[in-house]
Amino acid sequence: MTDVLEGAGIGQAVDGVSEDDLIIDVRNLVKEFPITRGVFFKKQVGAVYAVSDISFKIKRGETLGLVGESGCGKSTTARSVLRLLEPTSGEVLYKESPDSTPIDVATADKDQLNELRRHIQIVFQDPYASLNPRMTVASIISEPMLVHGVGTSEERLERVRELLRIVGLSPEHANRYPHEFSGGQRQRIGVARALAMRPNFVVLDEPVSALDVSIQAQVLNLLDDLQDEFGLTYLFIAHDLSVVRHISDRVAVMYLGRIAEMADRDAMYERPMHPYTHALLSAVPIPDPELEANRKRIILEGDIPSPSNPPPGCRFNTRCPKAKEGVCDIDVPELRELEPGHFVACHFPEIVDLF
Amino acid sequence: MAEPLLHVHNLRTYFNTEEGVVRAVDGVSFDVAPGERRGVVGESGSGKSVTAMSIMRLIEPPAGEIVTGEIEFNGTDLLNLADDEMQRIRGGQIAMIFQDPMTSLNPVYTIGDQLVETIMLHQPVSKAQAKEIAAQQLADVQIPNPTARLDDHPHQFSGGMRQRVMIAMGLSCDPQLLIADEPTTALDVTTQAQIMDLMLKLADERGTAVLLITHDLGVVAGFCDTVQVMYAGSIVERGSADELYYDPQHPYTWGLLASMTRLDEGHRDRLHSVRGAPPSLIELPKGCRFSPRCDFAIDLCQHVLPVLRQSGGENQEAACHRAVELDLKTVEAVTAPR
Repeated sequence: MTDVLEGAGIGQAVDGVSEDDLIIDVRNLVKEFPITRGVFFKKQVGAVYAVSDISFKIKRGETLGLVGESGCGKSTTARSVLRLLEPTSGEVLYKESPDSTPIDVATADKDQLNELRRHIQIVFQDPYASLNPRMTVASIISEPMLVHGVGTSEERLERVRELLRIVGLSPEHANRYPHEFSGGQRQRIGVARALAMRPNFVVLDEPVSALDVSIQAQVLNLLDDLQDEFGLTYLFIAHDLSVVRHISDRVAVMYLGRIAEMADRDAMYERPMHPYTHALLSAVPIPDPELEANRKRIILEGDIPSPSNPPPGCRFNTRCPKAKEGVCDIDVPELRELEPGHFVACHFPEIVDLF
Repeated sequence: MAEPLLHVHNLRTYFNTEEGVVRAVDGVSFDVAPGERRGVVGESGSGKSVTAMSIMRLIEPPAGEIVTGEIEFNGTDLLNLADDEMQRIRGGQIAMIFQDPMTSLNPVYTIGDQLVETIMLHQPVSKAQAKEIAAQQLADVQIPNPTARLDDHPHQFSGGMRQRVMIAMGLSCDPQLLIADEPTTALDVTTQAQIMDLMLKLADERGTAVLLITHDLGVVAGFCDTVQVMYAGSIVERGSADELYYDPQHPYTWGLLASMTRLDEGHRDRLHSVRGAPPSLIELPKGCRFSPRCDFAIDLCQHVLPVLRQSGGENQEAACHRAVELDLKTVEAVTAPR
């Protein structure tokens, strides 16, 4: 892939921002899961191409929203960035502070990785499944500190109380068990655990998807406050485009393992250029009956192809209303910068106003 | 008003648990007119699904029980029907589609077998005829190669396709009422758009009344004529979609709308949030069930349970003591503390 992104690595300016401001620089990330046959002599017969050569950068202190539908590779990307999954190839450069040398998370050794995990944390989607039901809140939140050998047990407990206050729970909750809390409160516990090691960078994997609307707003406000208070950088993974518009500074839309479009928040929603982004945005319901009655909806034909057998050329060509035979089904469109900071991977990009 | 298709009066459905009696639906009354598309909106535990299950008589004693209430469909009292008569109505005149299309289809039978079974249960046709009808139905829900796909099993269909099959099955006997319980919640947004588009088209063509149960106020806005909002087992507000969205009368409805992120809206500094969490249905708060979380609650609210009264638009009702006096659409969303 020879595009603008590749040229603009650490050491060069990106979107008019100096390199010092980058905290994460993902370059040509690929993650494939082999499909094997046989029990004793496992033979690889294919692969799930979950993430195919994606590159993106995250500036210090910003929130990058990564959106897409199930199977688009957004969660695989998040997990590969944290190296909870071993990337097949590519680099994930992390820079702790503007002056430090970048470390490649993808190839870091065990000691480096251990150190990195202090700075990089994750909050999971399901607040019911991601907290051990047999551990008290205090032991859940203090576990990262225990693992990293931070402080004495009194110090850790003090930190737990402080974290509970920070996330809007009461310090008296420390000795309770997860089942005593509602979904929203559990998600706050997950956030407290992620903050225990004072991270710089937090991956939020669908953090509010399992919550009811009224509770969703509470958690989104909390995440917003914490970002301001502790200067956190977020990678926010979600399928809900309205939530992403609210929380993100920049947004990347993924489809079948590739980035289709990436832009500043308002540019993405007001001047979307990729036909998939158009379909996606037009499909999101808006709580406004009159607006809904007058909106034109782009209804996509068929289903998303299997990631184990992605179509050649543009991955969206099989469902794209604008696809041209001989072009889109042959050539992979590069992610090109068509306006400052607005990247689109389409042979026939066009700005469409959807509201 | 014309004779309602469905008439629900003072429905109470309780569940007995070790911790106590869960009052899942506690005094719910509403009508659905022929051809009406009515949205039932609420968060988890508001009683919206249990209301639907009660109408279909899918509540199994001794765990759950319809304690009191009337449910009339076309003038027939459903609660006193014999089981085999109810069975004929279920899937015949009233059909239901569920949230998860994987668990509502039997994985060991082909789609064709399952469709044919439903059709033959309700219509006097031969197996070959039923098969033809089934293929036509799959074609109606826009499944390519319908005849060939009758021989496929559920796992060979994607999530969106399975929900289409459920819709085909639900509409196979031309029901007068379709109850759709979170039909698109498990689906991706572009698939949701396909399914809602299809349901709207089919319901419109056939004049089917739809009771759409969902937590998503956005989906309701695009589909329903009328809406009722449920909270902690009862209806707190209802009205036409326009009335309810543009001039909410109940603080809960107002709070829900204000706390939603909207696609057509850029960043807001803070989202409005409804503080606290819904009450336990075992120990419901005294008075108005929303009062502990309400920004407008007064002393009266903590003692007297409000009933639905006209407020706002002509067809709009809210169960709030202060609905008439408050003009919520002019109230600036309050910022709750962390």
